Order: sequence, then structure tokens, then C-alpha cells
Amino acid sequence: MVNLKINGQDVQAREGITVLQAAQQVGVTIPTLCEHPDLKSYGGCRLCVVDVKGARNPMASCTLPVTEGMEVVTHSPGIEKTRKTILEMLVSNYYDAGYVNGQKRETQLMRWVNHYEVDVKTNMAPAPRYAVNSDPNPFVWVDMNKCIQCTRCVRACTDIQGRFVWGMAERGINTHPVSGANTDMLTARCESCGACVAYCPTGALDNKMSMGAGEPDKVVMTTCGYCGVGCQYELNVKDNKVIRVTSTEKAPVNGNHLCVKGRYGYDFIHHPERILKPQVRRYLLEGKKKELKGSPWDWVETDWDTALGITSQKLAGIKKEFGADSIGVLTSAKCTNEENYLMNKFTRQVLGTNNIDHCARL
Amino acid sequence: MDDVSQQAQAFFIIGSNTSEQHPVFGAMLRQAVRQRGAKLIVADPRKIDITEFATLHLRQKPGTDIALLNGIMYIILKNGWEDKSFIEERTENFDEFKATVMQYPPELVAEITRVPVEKIYEAAEILAKNSPMAVMWAMGITQHIVGVRNVMDLANLQMLLGNMGKPGGGVNPLRGQNNVQGACDMGGLPDVYTAYQSVTKDEAHDKFEKAWGATSNTKVGMTVTEMMPGILEGKTHALYVLGEDPIMSDPNTQHIRHCFASVDFLVLQEIFPSETSAYADVLLPGVTFAEKTGTFTNTERRVQMVHKAIDPLGDARDDWWITAELAKRILLTTPERIPSEAPFSGWEYANTSDIMSEINALTPSYGGITHARLEAGERLQWPCPTPDHLGTPILHTKQFTRGKGKFMPIDHVSPAEKPDDEYPMIMSTGRVLYHWHGGQMTRRAEGLMQVYGAALIEVSPYDADKLGLAEKQFVRVTSRRGAIEAQAWVTDRVPPGMVYANFHFPNASANELTQAALDPVAKIPEYKVTAVKVELVY
Repeated sequence: MVNLKINGQDVQAREGITVLQAAQQVGVTIPTLCEHPDLKSYGGCRLCVVDVKGARNPMASCTLPVTEGMEVVTHSPGIEKTRKTILEMLVSNYYDAGYVNGQKRETQLMRWVNHYEVDVKTNMAPAPRYAVNSDPNPFVWVDMNKCIQCTRCVRACTDIQGRFVWGMAERGINTHPVSGANTDMLTARCESCGACVAYCPTGALDNKMSMGAGEPDKVVMTTCGYCGVGCQYELNVKDNKVIRVTSTEKAPVNGNHLCVKGRYGYDFIHHPERILKPQVRRYLLEGKKKELKGSPWDWVETDWDTALGITSQKLAGIKKEFGADSIGVLTSAKCTNEENYLMNKFTRQVLGTNNIDHCARL
Repeated sequence: MDDVSQQAQAFFIIGSNTSEQHPVFGAMLRQAVRQRGAKLIVADPRKIDITEFATLHLRQKPGTDIALLNGIMYIILKNGWEDKSFIEERTENFDEFKATVMQYPPELVAEITRVPVEKIYEAAEILAKNSPMAVMWAMGITQHIVGVRNVMDLANLQMLLGNMGKPGGGVNPLRGQNNVQGACDMGGLPDVYTAYQSVTKDEAHDKFEKAWGATSNTKVGMTVTEMMPGILEGKTHALYVLGEDPIMSDPNTQHIRHCFASVDFLVLQEIFPSETSAYADVLLPGVTFAEKTGTFTNTERRVQMVHKAIDPLGDARDDWWITAELAKRILLTTPERIPSEAPFSGWEYANTSDIMSEINALTPSYGGITHARLEAGERLQWPCPTPDHLGTPILHTKQFTRGKGKFMPIDHVSPAEKPDDEYPMIMSTGRVLYHWHGGQMTRRAEGLMQVYGAALIEVSPYDADKLGLAEKQFVRVTSRRGAIEAQAWVTDRVPPGMVYANFHFPNASANELTQAALDPVAKIPEYKVTAVKVELVY
């Protein structure tokens, strides 16, 4: 363990961790932008600077390892002024075209801009330098005017998804991320997992399907319904509609990472083809014999009582006539444990057969 | 998955397209290779994406996995790389198994599998010398007439190397559907009640008779691959189908259509009209995962909460409510099945937490997994028998379920359908990153359709040349059962002589061509090997 002082308080920290991490452990919040706990530290934005006794200039706490006897001041009028200046410089290269973005709440950049009372309107770049929505990817909105070159997208794609789509191009004030050899993202072999969006602190990369959707009424943590990995994420809901999926470090299996289907494959929920009323074939309502063609085979929308009544009568009748083993039940690997349990009970207790299976083999 | 991605020194992926089918886990494996230098061997006829990260890629001929595994184990035994103390203390039947493996010298294996001898040797050395080593597979191993034998042979390999029951090792089947593990655990199988309690064992059916108050049927039921032809044989008269689309997912689509057209009564509980709903007599609108509360069990037996985020749309209802209502109505007509003293004979549930309490009482491995514990943030993997049990992330740490691990001598068997002059190529099937199974959900997701909007058939550049086929032209693929037409994707992902098709799109579903050649034990169809011919259309 290493002993140091943070804002006069004695702190014991594990060797090898950074001053930023040590401060977080004792509940001190240092503003950050390029830093993210899931990503390797970069030390690019300088917003996390702190005063270190004996050092000539403020130092970036996200890349500074703790050392024995170190004395750190995280908040002082001088440091706060430096941070405000850093934000003004970042914003001077930033341009907001004024649209409602696709984020769950204000971006991390705007959080600190507001905290340090930086006036974006007067400080931001006078004109856009890049096209807004410059990439045809159906999921990822790209507006490089909002980029502050923190490289979180590059690190997320490299160190989490392992796809190497993003890299930094050009120099000086023109430095900005490009996908592939400055092609569109899909050509650069993007798998649209959206990690770059999840880690972007400014909205330069955003959820295209959620642009303009605004803030959610509620956010509900749930488990993904696609594959068996068991990723968890938050469904953002507004007016009983899912408006976006956001990832969270609270998810036990996947943390902030998701795949394209989990993050962006949710719009089927509200697809107009959803079956929203029970339906039965006309022949059943008219008490006729089953015909696979013509009007007896038309669908008729009905109420639950009718549909359940017909179904239970038919199943009970077939059971009586041909025996319980003449009925088969296919339960669902897409449904919950509770639902599957009931299907098992229904088959064995109510029908009295073991003819139950699902698509595990298929 | 944590222990595997963080602690395994080597991975052996065989028959799993991990980065497309389990993308988040696939990304963890890529990072394990990149950041910690873990070794990765991929055995797959196709050059799937994860092979970019592989130390070694073995492109075995489809349907020759056992020969490949036996060849690898032959080399391990010849060099004395096996874990002798593990074999001694925890396994049995080693000598018989060894005698079989010794029938598979590398030269013979190379002939069967078309994997060069030096690669088999290299694979054996990497797998043996990096411990712990984790084996991962999916349908590429199981969807064969020898699916069960394939799995047994992988267990042989892991016992031989002493990789069982330790973090970063083991046999790790990657389950496809979000809750296929749970559907199996909950008794959604013809031979077992919940937690694999056998329907033929007195103990189990007594238990459920007492619990449910109804006489147990002790005859093993039919699997899906038996129920369907059962319709034509007059065995199956009605089907109650929840959230499945057999026309897309079952083998030999034309035959399945014929079966459905002949069934007396088909009830389908679904969220969308599907290929199957065209044959349904009644459609009951269930809800999506976003509209329900309950639990899913993932591929590592982790039980997790699903939370209702929106109210059911329209007149759609919770799926459990629909089943319970049907149950109550049918029981009214057969009251003799329900003596009232049975504790779980009824169907009155206030919510899914109530149902889970009943599961807890009847399912040993889920005995301690309650909604309350999960809501409190506990992370539980079954077996978790009691309310104070913390769950079991790794199985078989001290001993196997049966006591000692039994080595099984497994021989290579050729696939059911062999290429001939008329159908000279092999088709394998599977899914792609942007779509899901029969495609009922993902074909209704706009962005996914923009990226991957129609079926593509993977054809090797060699075969494309022979066919005079250019990129984006259409091909017709024909088997003994049917034909599909779709755009070709000319790519070296597939080797010469092989094509790959998916079953996401009804107008070009690979299952029009597949056959119901079943594994004799698991009754799983051999999707991975179908003899086909390929022609240029336009």
C-alpha cells in the first residue's frame, strides 16, 4: 500500500493505481472526459488536472500513479480556473447545430460545461467544419463537429469490441477520428455494436434511431432477448414506447458492452405487424368443418373469452377422442422460466402427456 | 464466461461462430487473445470472423469432428501429454477409450478431415501445453447425426487433459436462444420434469403427482422432430405452440408445411404473424420481453431478471396468463384430474414471482433462486438449492455428477447424406450477426434490414469460377428435398465444395433443403451437412 494525502486527508492506496482512482475511492469527484474506467487511460483532455506538491504544473490525475508521501490538491481556485479554461478551449473547437440528440441525458461534456458555467454559445466554433450526420450507418450518428478528440471511440472499438474501426487522422486542430481509411463505418468493417456511441462523452457519436426522442420517462433494467450470453441493459421508455437501449456498468455479464442486435434491434417491439387481438378462423366461429381455403379459413378478430373458450374446447375434445398423447406442445426458448414452467405443468398436469419440446435442437 | 475469458490460457472453439452468434462473449475472447496472449484454436470449415484472432485455424471437412478430435488425442497420448493424475483419480474406462483413439493416427485423420498432419500436431501441442484450456462449441458440434458423440469426444479431450472443473477450463456449450437453458431446466423436454427429473422414475412422478394432484404419464413424450411426422402418421392431432416458428426452424420445410396442413388443430401463441401462423387455427397474442417480468437463464446457468418496461400493447396479454387461463378452462371439463389437497394443483398466480415460488419448491437446482434475491442484486447460477446458497459458477470441481468421469470410446461416422454426382457439394447452415433464427424479430428491425436485408449464400471463389458466377449474381441451391434462390456472396469464408446458407428469410430459407436425419439419442437434425447442387440463375 502507498500512503498519500488528498486534500489534506490521509489516504492508503494500492500500488499501481492512479491519483484519480485513489481520489474516487475516498469519494472525491474529479472532472473527467477522456478517462473511462473500462478503457486504458489516455491523459488527453487534461480536465482531471490536480496540484501535486513539488510539481511545477498541474498534472493529469488519470495517468499519474500514486507514490509514497505524495500530497495532492484536487480542488482549489487555481485548479478550478485551469479546468474552466480547458473546457473553453475544448468548446472553441466544438459546434452544436442545435438538434435534440439521441442521448439518455445531458452529455458528460455538457455536464462539466454547465458545472463550470462555460457559455457554449459564445465560446463554440463559429461554423461547422464537418457534415452533420456524415455516416450512412443506420445505427450510429456521426457529427464530428462535436468531437473533442478524447479518443474514447478509438479505445472502445480497439480494446472492447476488437474491431479497429476508428483511428485518429490529420494533425493539430484538424485531428479527428475517422473510420477505416476515411471510408464509411460499415466499409471499415464496423459491426455496429455501438460501443463507440456508449463511450462518447459529447454526442459526436450518437444513437441514430433515438435522435430527437428526448429524455425517457423511465429507465428499466432487463435481460436481452436474443442470444444466450445474457447481457443486461436499460430500456429507455417514453409514453409506453421503447425509445432507446442504454448499456450500464451494472450489468453482470457484459457491463457497458452490447452487440448490434441488443443495442439496436429493439424496434420490432412496436412494429405495426404485432398481433394485438386474439384471432380465430371463421370456420371455428361458425361451427363448420376445417377448410384450408376460402372464407372459412379467414381470420376473425375476437375477444379473449371466445378465443380461449374455443381453444380449450378443441384441446379437451381432441384429448377425449384421441387421448392425451395425441396433443403436442412446443414451448419456447424465447420465453421466461416462469412461462416455460407453466407450459410444462400444462402439458403434464392438464393434458396428461409428456409431448413437450422446444427448439433447443434447431 | 468471466473465468473462461480471464483465466483460460488457451481456447478451443469448434463448431461455434462465436463473434457472430454470441457477439459480446466473442469480443471478450478477442480481447483475451489480444491483451493477454491467450492461444486460440478454431476448428471450423469456414473462415469465420474469429479466425482472424486464431493462433491456428483447422478447416476440417464438415462432419469429421470425431476423427479430428481422436487424431489430436492420439498425438497427446503418443507424447505422454495427458494429465495422468486426473485420469487416475477422477475418471474410468480409460483403457478402452485409449484403444479406440489409437485407431486414429494423424495420417488417417488427415485423409478423413483434410486437415494437414502438421496442423493436427500443432493443435495437439497447443491444447496440451496451455492449461487451463477451455473448449467452446455450439450447433456446429451438435447438429449432426453424431451430435451426442461429438460432445462426448470433447468431454474425452477435456478429461484427458485434466481441464474439467477448474476456472478457465471445462466444456462450455454456448446456448443459442436467450432462454434455451431455462426452457430445458423448466421441463420443456419430453423426458424430464424440471431440473431433469426423469418422467420414467417413480420418485419423480410420485413427487409431481403429489404436487399437482394429477396422475403422471410415465411414457417419454415425443420430440419436436417426432411430433411433426407424427401428424401424418395419425399420432399427433393437435399442437399448442408458444413463440416458435417451426416452418423456419425445422428441417425440410416442405415436409413441415405438409404436416401443418394436415393437423386437426393448431394453436399459436405469438407476437407476429409467421410462416407457421398461416396454418394456425387460433392465434393468441403474447408479448415481447419488454412487456413482461420473469427470469431468463443464460448459457452459464445464470438466472437473471427480465423486467416489464412497457404495458402490453393492444389486447396482447402476458404469456403466463394465457397458459393459466387455458389450463383453468380445460380443467373445468376434466375435474377428476385435480384432487384439491395437492399443494400446487391450482392455476391462480398473482404474478410471476408466485410461479417462481412453485418452481423453487419442485426444482432442486432452483430451490433458492427467488425474485426477491435477484431483485436485491444477488448473482445466482444454478445449482442453488436453498435460500442461503450462493449458487455454483463452476460444475464438477470435486467430482462429476455420476461420480467418476467415464471416458467413452467414440468412432468416426460419416454424415447421413454424402455428396454424389447429382448433388456434389456440401451445404452447411447457420445464422448471421444481424439476424436471429427464423428472423421474425430481426426482419422487423429497420436498421438490421438495412445492413443485411436478404439472404446471401456463401460460395467459394473456386466454385464461383466454375459456375461463371460474379459477385451479386443469383444462384439456385437444390437438395433432394427442395430448392432456394438467393444472391451469392463470393468469399473464401467457405472452402471449395461447400456453400453456407441461413434460415432468416422465408423466401430463401436453408431449411427448405435440410433433412430430418437425426442423432439417435438427442434427435437433433443434421443441419450442418446437406448434399446440394449449385447453379447460376442470373
